[in-house]
Amino acid sequence: MTTNHDTSTGVRYGRKRGAKRNALSHFMLIGFGVLMLYPLIWMLGASFKESEDIFTQIAPWPDPATLENYVRGWSGSGVGFGTYFLNSTVIAVLSVVGNLMSCSLAAYAFARMKFRYRNIFFACMMATLMMPHHVLLVPQYILFSQLGWVNSILPLVSPKFLAVDAFFIFLMVQFMRGLPSELDQAAKIDGAGPWQTYWRVILPLTIPALATSAIFTFIWTWNDFLSPMLYLQDPSKYTVPLGLNAFLDASGESAWGPMFAMAVLSLGPLFGFFLAGQKYLTTGIATTGLKG
Amino acid sequence: MSVTHARDAEGIEAGSGEQQARGAATAPRPLSSRSLRNAIRKDKFAPYLFLLPWLIGFFVITLGPMLYSLYLSFTNYSMLGDPAWVGLDNYIKMFTNDPKYLDSVRVTLVYVFVSVPLQLAFALLLALILNRGLRGLPLYRSIYYLPSLIGASVAIAVLWRQMFGRNGLINQVLEVFGVQGQSWIGNPDTALGTLIILNVWTFGSPMVIFLAALRQIPGYLYEAAAVDGINRRQAFRHITLPMLTPVVLFNMVLQMIGAFQAFTPAFVVSGGTGGPVNSTLFYTLYLYQRGFANFQMGYASAMAWVLFIGIAVVTAINFWFSKYWVHYDD
Repeated sequence: MTTNHDTSTGVRYGRKRGAKRNALSHFMLIGFGVLMLYPLIWMLGASFKESEDIFTQIAPWPDPATLENYVRGWSGSGVGFGTYFLNSTVIAVLSVVGNLMSCSLAAYAFARMKFRYRNIFFACMMATLMMPHHVLLVPQYILFSQLGWVNSILPLVSPKFLAVDAFFIFLMVQFMRGLPSELDQAAKIDGAGPWQTYWRVILPLTIPALATSAIFTFIWTWNDFLSPMLYLQDPSKYTVPLGLNAFLDASGESAWGPMFAMAVLSLGPLFGFFLAGQKYLTTGIATTGLKG
Repeated sequence: MSVTHARDAEGIEAGSGEQQARGAATAPRPLSSRSLRNAIRKDKFAPYLFLLPWLIGFFVITLGPMLYSLYLSFTNYSMLGDPAWVGLDNYIKMFTNDPKYLDSVRVTLVYVFVSVPLQLAFALLLALILNRGLRGLPLYRSIYYLPSLIGASVAIAVLWRQMFGRNGLINQVLEVFGVQGQSWIGNPDTALGTLIILNVWTFGSPMVIFLAALRQIPGYLYEAAAVDGINRRQAFRHITLPMLTPVVLFNMVLQMIGAFQAFTPAFVVSGGTGGPVNSTLFYTLYLYQRGFANFQMGYASAMAWVLFIGIAVVTAINFWFSKYWVHYDD
């Protein structure tokens, strides 16, 4: 009896302590999360505040709230943010399309075809992964300026159609190697050539890796600052980050409200893409046909 | 009986005939030797067709420019006229006659070797807490990951510039506690610190990798340890940490390479100058100034190659040192 009693209290005690520990962990994790995200939440609130309130209100909620920052910010410095958003969208979408096409083609060759020099080319591809982008900054600039492409989006977009982002090739190669080789054999027996096997069999099964590549390409090109700054000189061709920077240069530190409003808008697509993509990514391969 | 039999046989025959016909229509015909040769040739060329975009990109946009950059680094070139060969002058000048360059090296090294260890410490700590089977893991993971996604954007750099300015958010908070703030970005002693904080803030991406690695540690190790009467702390010390060391190395190499190349925050926060008093003059920022503000393409190329070699050396040292602390299972 006594032993039985002891163990039961022991178990209960342990469970209680576990619950307490968990509550403490949650408390700390939420507190730390709020601390981390506070600047973002505060900026979101500040974008609806009146100018002088930004310097006095620590609380994120605006009191009183106003939309004036968005109205003033949208017209930017000269060229409006509508143009910047359009430019950024065009570049990001073309980059996504280019990367998905060119990288998946290369990945298919590396992962599922046999040919001479495959290992050498693969090693070359992996080597470019490790190279800092800055080594190519100057010579690429010279190349593109000799082609007369400076002040256009071509230097930003055309490399994506030539599979220059080796990271995504590697990602897709890893993914394609995981698909069973019977797929290719079955396709061959059914009379499919390499192109049909790539397009009809392998590519649909690679969708999770393609989605990951698309999301990261979008985010990276949307955030990119250095390359657009080098190549886009005409303010009407600016992307959103360039527009924000020009706005900061033009208005100094006097227009935080409109600046925050535009900063919030510039982060919007990233949040959207991330939230939408996250759900898709976790669903993973289970929904794409290979169920066992 | 016999009638049905015959019908069955007919059915089978008809079916197989159909199959043959379909096979002949779609499969590559292996009969004539010429078409066989064509098929083989097609198979031989197909991989190169798939690789074609990458091959063009590799030779025209990567390898060619890389070699050209190496050549340029031994010249003076302003994009007007031809590059003038100067031998090792650019490299010698960098280390002996350009104090601003040495400033940029010092700033970058401090940034890399202070921010990356701090960032990894936060990432590891949070991953360990999150891995204890708490509810709401996906939500926490997303919240902590979010800053990594946007940390390199101009929008966040703009926010940082306000927050750490004289009348910014940080000083407002300090004022509540009766502390008189200063412009953290305007002070050369603290300006780099604000950028280090920004990089530490983006600890989410290594954290996600740590979390994945923690899940891969087989449970039987802990079960066996529990049978041997090992307590929680010992299990952490002798199982969790050693099993994580390869991922610590991976994250460290990755984050260091990234930190060496950081550009946007320093550019936006300092308005492109790297000031005050060169205190935020990142290597890449100085490279940009030399190459694209002064149009000293040769000098900028030499700087890029030194950066490349520097990153390679630091990475090699990382791997070399790893044999003293990284645990590999087999």
